[in-house]
Amino acid sequence: MSLAKPDALDITTKQKVSLAIGVIGLFILALALFNTDFPNEALFLTLALGFIAIGTIVYSREAYLTKLEGIKNDGAWFKSISSRGVWGWIVGVILTGFYIVLYFYPQYLGLGADGATNTGLIGLFDPLSQLLSDRNASQWFVYGTLYTLAILAFGYKFILKYRHNRYQQVRTVSVMFFQLGFAFLIPEFMYVMNNDLPYYDLKSMWPLNYYIFDEWSVNGFLSNGNLGLALILFGIITIFVISPILTYKYGKRWYCSWVCGCGGLAETAGDSFRNLSSKKMSVWKIERWLVHLVLVFSVIMTTAMIYSYLGYDKNDFWLTRGVFISLVIGFLTLIFAGVMYFKRQELGKDAKYGAIGFFVVIALLLVMHFTGTTNHIFYAKAGALRSAYGIYIGSIFSGVIGTGFYPILGNRTWCRFGCPMAAILGFQQRLFSKFRITTNGGQCISCGNCSNSCEMGIDVRHYAQKGENIVRSSCVGCGICSAVCPRGVLKLENDSMKGRINPTEILLGNDVNLMDLVNDK
Amino acid sequence: MEHVVIIGNGISGVTLARHIRKLSDKKITIVSAETDYFFSRTALMYVYMGHMKFEHTQPYENWFWKKNRIELKKGYVETIETASKTLHFAEGDTLHYDKLVIATGSKPNKFGWPGQDLKGVMGMYHKQDLDNLEKQAPNRDVCKRAVIVGGGLIGIELAEMLNSRSIPVTFLVRESSFWNGVLPEGESQMINRHIKNHHIDLRLSTNLKEIKSDENGKVKSVIIEETGEELLCNVVGLTAGVTPNIDFIKDSDIETGRGVKVNRFLETSIPDVYAIGDCAEQHDPIGNRRPIEAVWYTGRMMGETLAQTICGNRMQYNPGHWFNSAKFLDIEYQTYGWVFAKPRENEAHFHWKHADDTKCITVNYNSKTNAFIGINNFGIRMRHEAFDTWLTENRDVDYVMNHLAEANFDPEFYTRFEKEILSEYSSQYATS
Repeated sequence: MSLAKPDALDITTKQKVSLAIGVIGLFILALALFNTDFPNEALFLTLALGFIAIGTIVYSREAYLTKLEGIKNDGAWFKSISSRGVWGWIVGVILTGFYIVLYFYPQYLGLGADGATNTGLIGLFDPLSQLLSDRNASQWFVYGTLYTLAILAFGYKFILKYRHNRYQQVRTVSVMFFQLGFAFLIPEFMYVMNNDLPYYDLKSMWPLNYYIFDEWSVNGFLSNGNLGLALILFGIITIFVISPILTYKYGKRWYCSWVCGCGGLAETAGDSFRNLSSKKMSVWKIERWLVHLVLVFSVIMTTAMIYSYLGYDKNDFWLTRGVFISLVIGFLTLIFAGVMYFKRQELGKDAKYGAIGFFVVIALLLVMHFTGTTNHIFYAKAGALRSAYGIYIGSIFSGVIGTGFYPILGNRTWCRFGCPMAAILGFQQRLFSKFRITTNGGQCISCGNCSNSCEMGIDVRHYAQKGENIVRSSCVGCGICSAVCPRGVLKLENDSMKGRINPTEILLGNDVNLMDLVNDK
Repeated sequence: MEHVVIIGNGISGVTLARHIRKLSDKKITIVSAETDYFFSRTALMYVYMGHMKFEHTQPYENWFWKKNRIELKKGYVETIETASKTLHFAEGDTLHYDKLVIATGSKPNKFGWPGQDLKGVMGMYHKQDLDNLEKQAPNRDVCKRAVIVGGGLIGIELAEMLNSRSIPVTFLVRESSFWNGVLPEGESQMINRHIKNHHIDLRLSTNLKEIKSDENGKVKSVIIEETGEELLCNVVGLTAGVTPNIDFIKDSDIETGRGVKVNRFLETSIPDVYAIGDCAEQHDPIGNRRPIEAVWYTGRMMGETLAQTICGNRMQYNPGHWFNSAKFLDIEYQTYGWVFAKPRENEAHFHWKHADDTKCITVNYNSKTNAFIGINNFGIRMRHEAFDTWLTENRDVDYVMNHLAEANFDPEFYTRFEKEILSEYSSQYATS
């Protein structure tokens, strides 16, 4: 692990021991992967997971509790793992490989085909799955367990690292709670209660949850009485009621860095990689087009999907195809018209053209449909669209690239470039929310710590050094920029929308006449 | 088209260039002998500590300059010939200007200590100092001990840097308590303790006598004035203040004192020649400010102001209410308004410190009129806008103490201390 500079930051013996313990835990998992027969699976699973947890915990305590409270980023750009060094690439390749196997070749993990018993790594997790829900493990259970373990263990590390910062502690506890409770345990217990219900992580909303409105899923909910109906209604209410309200009051951070599982992993296990997110303007230009294109894809795909299994006859069910399409067109028109009317001066020129373009495309498709011109195309394509989305966006972009590329592109690659939910929440945050990062008058010294630590690639310094509030659709409110700022220049807060966006040329502290002269222009 | 040449690509020169470009189409050239592109000097420490890479300290991407038609020239100006409005570079070439702005910043003080030019002895100001430190003190095997001479803002940052690589540091401070020329007693002593808690060997009331060399012209040890003690070390950081970087101007006919002499319009004694930032010296200090303001913020403000003058809207440099900030290891410091180490005539201090010894405030107010004059706050972030407004509104100290919560700038969920502070303030002044 030593190249010239990292020598300066050697770890203690205790840390070396705890690293070894963690590696042993991983080693047990690797042995399972290669079909080792363990005498007592439950014991070895416990040892594997336990060692990983203990290793991380002891390492973290030694790293942070032996030092005074404060920012702990020494050596971030020297250490191989957090600066795209050899270890970073190795971890990246391993993670990417794991995701590819997980999504596309689960048989190599030991998944028993057609109900056969599990072997390999998945087989090792059978005891835990049996304990929770009386059924054998699947690759998703293994994934869920490791994912939860990562968030809990690295969440603990993160809390120690930022133990002087209450916002970071509370936010991390929130993320750990939602992952353990909502994503992992509740679905397992729900299965025990009613094994007919589709798997449902209550905090996973459309469009991030791209399969909730699939036919099998909707049927699954609706055929399970009131509970199923309540769950799917809950899903709809979170999208159209809860989320817009919370995003208005708190910004999209309520979801992206306090609740979401992708965000949870990014903030905890991905903490070492936040500085790798590029702040270049050229990258931002790609980002804003890419993430909104994924959103458009998601909207078209979901609409086509739902359309494909709705009926024609309103006597069977009030929501016929015609009604549905009308609702979609109506809703989108409302949003686009509202934004164009009230907020067009806040949109960049290409954003306006882009928005109009997307709206026209969606509307055309839907209208063509409605008038029966392209019945077959849409119907036939729905399945293909859904399938393509699931493979390319849901699996490759979100999983393989999104997490596998943490050590290379940063911990929020999916969130920044691909998450359609991020696009929607961000859209609202930018145009209609009380959230902003206030900059503290003229105090910025342009050091760049804020920009360096921004996981979403926002050049925070650009705003701070001009005394401007940061109101950006991509800001997830992680608060790290505020934490690392050495002069207390940044504060995440929710306040009146009036004057929220405040372009400033002359900063506070100079001649007030000069400020009036230049700033009000 | 008028050609404005700016010597120095720091915050002052660059802010000036940006604002001139916003206001006009003049030709602008920024000259620098230090780096190709503007970087934030305040961030150099974080490069050594591994928080950032050097390129991250550059506030603008490299395409910014061309896009805004601001020419950048790397070169060392040897002489300024004001009669012909020509700059002569050490590299041999020349550059003609219509208007010249000197924004060359500061250089570390050297007070004639024997051995102050040895290898391994350096200031901590320029990019070159950072490179040198990286070479001389890459880790604690190569640098077994470093000695820092001068207890001020740069000294404490150098201490933090070396600490991050576990290099033992001895900190020689001539004052009896850290930075007590500026900080009131309670705060200064809290910082003393904080420095020691970081296992830094803090030597107060200690002066450097001599730096000794080994047989290769490299520093080997320092001798302490008061005790004659010899401290073995591999690196010596000279951080005993800074002075305007204007040696190259002494031969020209531009009037200089310690810095380049300027009037309120930032004009020098020569028409069409101006000076801003650390290197500028006001003929008469403005208000309570020093004639030379070696502070990031004032350099930026001078740049903002001079751009108006140069573009036809002649404006005085008229800074508003004083503010500043720093960080002492893990304790952030901000100041708004004026707080002096000892209360001046008709001034009184209220001091509060948290039991955990990492947060404190001192409020300075007029003991006759109760007018609020200024506040120092350590470990609690406060809102610049709030204090700027209160100072403009001439609020009294009672008002400020009662409304302190409005000025809180700490992140959400942080413990608030305003109640505790107000209660202690009220009990101290119960009779008033």
